[in-house]
Amino acid sequence: MAQAVPTGQKLWGGGKSPFNVEYGKIMMWYFLMSDAFTFGAFLISYGTIRFATNGWPDPNHVFNSFPGLGSGFPLLFVSLMTFILIISSVTMVLAVHAGHRNDKKGVVKNLILTIIGGAAFLACQAWEWTHLYHEGAWWGSNPFPNADGTQATANFSNFFFTITGFHGFHVFSGVIINIIMLIMTLNGVFERRGHYLMIEKAGLYWHFVDLVWVFVFTCFYLI
Amino acid sequence: MAHNAGAHHDADATKKEVVRITTYLTILTLVELAIGFYMYKADLPEGFFRHFLKGVIVILMLWKAFYIVAYFMHLKHEVKNLIMTIVVPLFLFIWFIIAFLYDGASYKNLRNTYDPYHKEQSQIKMEPSEHGAHGAHGTEAQKEGALD
Repeated sequence: MAQAVPTGQKLWGGGKSPFNVEYGKIMMWYFLMSDAFTFGAFLISYGTIRFATNGWPDPNHVFNSFPGLGSGFPLLFVSLMTFILIISSVTMVLAVHAGHRNDKKGVVKNLILTIIGGAAFLACQAWEWTHLYHEGAWWGSNPFPNADGTQATANFSNFFFTITGFHGFHVFSGVIINIIMLIMTLNGVFERRGHYLMIEKAGLYWHFVDLVWVFVFTCFYLI
Repeated sequence: MAHNAGAHHDADATKKEVVRITTYLTILTLVELAIGFYMYKADLPEGFFRHFLKGVIVILMLWKAFYIVAYFMHLKHEVKNLIMTIVVPLFLFIWFIIAFLYDGASYKNLRNTYDPYHKEQSQIKMEPSEHGAHGAHGTEAQKEGALD
């Protein structure tokens, strides 16, 4: 299903992209690779410490609150956050497709929806952090016991806040980038250029942010 | 007219694919959540079945990752060599994960074997404290940077 390239065509002879993709897009992919290894290293170090520790809190007994509903609802709030991010990824795909059709209105509409989704996710994460802080959790402080009732390590909250913090920072920068993309679109920058490739690159970054959340949410809340 | 019809068909086809992939992602997420919730409700003891379910969740997660990268990020439709420059380095993760988790588990086992005090300490039950006690620390003083 990969793109077909005519045989005999000198791919590496210069003058054209051997990957049939503009330079900026390839560089965005390679940046995302480096970021993937950064997050991979964080998550694997979390796994290593967890495997090296005798006891660990049960996430379903720690993360079980929902705004307005109190506690006793494991997985509910994080499900909402996950769906918000997935839907924002879908609206980003629609924005890119609108860009392919040079449909400025479509791009604007879907970028706005994506920005709202990203902001909603950040608001949810802020609520989760505030709630946990008020229960006594922070870097260096973990009030939750292990699943077997024994004293737990502060590594639990250290890793949680650090990794969700890094991810949240990426969401935040993604929202800023999308806002800049929106302003550029509204000002007709891409209309004049004749292509919306910049939106595609911003889209790659946004999908990466969603992808990292898929891994972070699984590692901290599910397994 | 023909061009318009063609363009319209393209837009429809891509929209259909977006809906299809979104549906797959939603279903996979719901299944993951159902398994997670079941593990909580059934209060499964530590054992093979619990680990098996966690393994299933990990497989579903990787499946979702494939859909996002291949379709949303469009990698499936790129030139084969570009796909390979992205996918091949990621195989490093297979070694990375196995080696580090194995090392972590080995550390735990060795420490429990040769440091009985550590093993005993980790079996002391906590005093049930009030929920919401701000800055509550446990019975053991936490040294900064301590592994436990």
